[in-house]
Amino acid sequence: MRITRVLSASLLMLGLAVAPAAADSSPTPTDSASADGDAPTRAGTSFRTATEIEQGQTATASGSTGDYLYWSFPADSGQRPTVKATVKLPQTHATETWQIDVYDGLRRRQSCQYGSQTRTAAAGVADVELACTLRTVRAWSEAWANDPLPGTYYLRLTAVGVGTADLGLPVSTEVRVDSKDIGGSAAVDGSMAEPLVPGIAVKSEADEDSSRDASKDDSPVLSAIEPEDGWSSGWWSDRWVWTAIGGALAALAGVGGYALTRGSGRPSRVPPGA
Amino acid sequence: MITRKRLAAGVGALLAALTAGIAFPVAAAAGEPVGGSTPQVDLVLDVSGSMRTADIDGGTRMAAAKRAFNEVLDATPEEVQLGIRTLGADYPGNDRKTGCKDTAQLYPVSTLDRTEAKTAVATLSPTGWTPIGPALLKAAGDFAAGDGSKRIVLITDGEDTCAPLDPCEVAREISAKGVGLTIDTLGLVPSTKLSKQLSCIAEATGGTYTSVEHTDELTDKVNQLVDRAADPVVTPVATEGTDTCSTAPTLKSGLYTDREEFTQQRWYRVDVKPGQELRTSVSVAADRAVNPSYGVLLRAVTVHGREIVRGEAAGNGRTDVISSGLRYPKPESDEDDAPAETVCLQVTNSFSAGTGVKTTPGLPLELTVDVVDGPSKASDVASFGLGRGWWLLGVLILAGFVAGLLWGWVSRWRVAVWRTN
Repeated sequence: MRITRVLSASLLMLGLAVAPAAADSSPTPTDSASADGDAPTRAGTSFRTATEIEQGQTATASGSTGDYLYWSFPADSGQRPTVKATVKLPQTHATETWQIDVYDGLRRRQSCQYGSQTRTAAAGVADVELACTLRTVRAWSEAWANDPLPGTYYLRLTAVGVGTADLGLPVSTEVRVDSKDIGGSAAVDGSMAEPLVPGIAVKSEADEDSSRDASKDDSPVLSAIEPEDGWSSGWWSDRWVWTAIGGALAALAGVGGYALTRGSGRPSRVPPGA
Repeated sequence: MITRKRLAAGVGALLAALTAGIAFPVAAAAGEPVGGSTPQVDLVLDVSGSMRTADIDGGTRMAAAKRAFNEVLDATPEEVQLGIRTLGADYPGNDRKTGCKDTAQLYPVSTLDRTEAKTAVATLSPTGWTPIGPALLKAAGDFAAGDGSKRIVLITDGEDTCAPLDPCEVAREISAKGVGLTIDTLGLVPSTKLSKQLSCIAEATGGTYTSVEHTDELTDKVNQLVDRAADPVVTPVATEGTDTCSTAPTLKSGLYTDREEFTQQRWYRVDVKPGQELRTSVSVAADRAVNPSYGVLLRAVTVHGREIVRGEAAGNGRTDVISSGLRYPKPESDEDDAPAETVCLQVTNSFSAGTGVKTTPGLPLELTVDVVDGPSKASDVASFGLGRGWWLLGVLILAGFVAGLLWGWVSRWRVAVWRTN
């Protein structure tokens, strides 16, 4: 009797315990984003003029060797963005070194965890492929840290080592940003009141004004970037599931422990017929 | 890319036109004076003798340029005001002094009349010298006042023949005078020396340099540059930082530009109310040859000189700009109407000029300031203090089990005590 009860309780526990693991092991790369049909075909030349792209879009641009090409993309909390860039070099060229740099909404350079951020192409090589995986974007961090925060990210692609003879030669470039959803393990407490989007204060002032003065809407903003489904509010994470299941299991284990002490039927020390 | 709310603007324009009873051009309806934020482009074409060389797709360089211009004039967006300036078009002689003044406005920067502009281009024939510096100086004067983007597109096949006026320095100076002026350069079948000079001009103003060997490359590139000018961008506001906080200008949220010389420091002030967060970033551009190691430091300091937070960046190698930023969330105050705190921002750079490079005007500095609501403070490292993982489950199960056992024993003991009594 006791054995079956304990067994069924432990089976139940096992079943419940598998659930968060299943919920956990589903990394969802965000490549289902919009079709590439409307992907941007040019790049900006400064932070101010950076071309906005979506994650999962393959943006292309033609430029010249020596240009500083800028794009910007949104990244939200819990994401770990990976930036990839391909540069198709002209048929004849000397040795060139290309590099991608990623900056956050405050124009602070962000480090790459993996990926070859800088690559040197030997003379005559047809293309260079660069990649950079950022750290996971956190919902909040202290003001003194430069952890990646939700908001605009800038991507700069340029030739850092180039001979004078190669300056100005036409190149075509392709960039793409995908991100891995890291999930609850990266869920931190706190949240930003506004995402780290440059010019957001100016934009919200303009929005307030626009109720009075519709023409103000026309003014350009530094960055109008937003993920397709908006910025996450940041309260949900799979920590809720883990904690709730933990609570339930604790309750079950409590019942189990209680049942063990009760034994089956009457307590043994009670004399029969008492 | 900057998105515009065209629909709203259109409705606004319609309403304005209806109420005034006049058909406004859209720019005027947007509440700005004509020419206010209209993008302006000045194409500067080299018509020097060397343009006669027949090495672009079998035709002369001049023919290629003319064909490209015709296509560009057809494709120019409505909102762009376009002008054409020539250099070396009129004086065929050998007198350097006269030859170096030879630059003329072929078509003024204005709303484009395609036929007229095309006719003007058709009359050109390769003639004289290559006075790039003087032509750029004049081209800067071609633009109407206004805060729209201004772009000079220089198309040439030979380096400047009018030394000692260095076109690179000219470019730096005209970009220091006006806000938002960019010079893009295109070299037709360039030599190494020309590449060097043209990329120097481009980098002095944050523009681009392209070398061109085919007509369609020329057409594509000029079209791309004209389109780029048509993209609406935020125009920075010129400000001038000082060398101490007490005299510094007070900035509100927005985008600012300034100049900072080598080894100079610039101070600005920003008012931050309790519960607000100051976000600011600074970028200092290397618009001339600088030594390979450089850096920028942005500090937020209280009026009493205590450092609150800093942003710093360093780098080496070829770069257009070095940038850093900082956040300062000011905690909520218990008092009602607590006064705003004045935060002093100090910008310093550690660029050093390459040999023989002029140190004036200062390096272009761009500053963004955003004062927004502060973030909610974190009370735990984990989201809402919740737990996660197998250790958590294990601990909870163990704790629950022990609690159950204890509860069971306690209740058994109580029953036993009750029964014996």
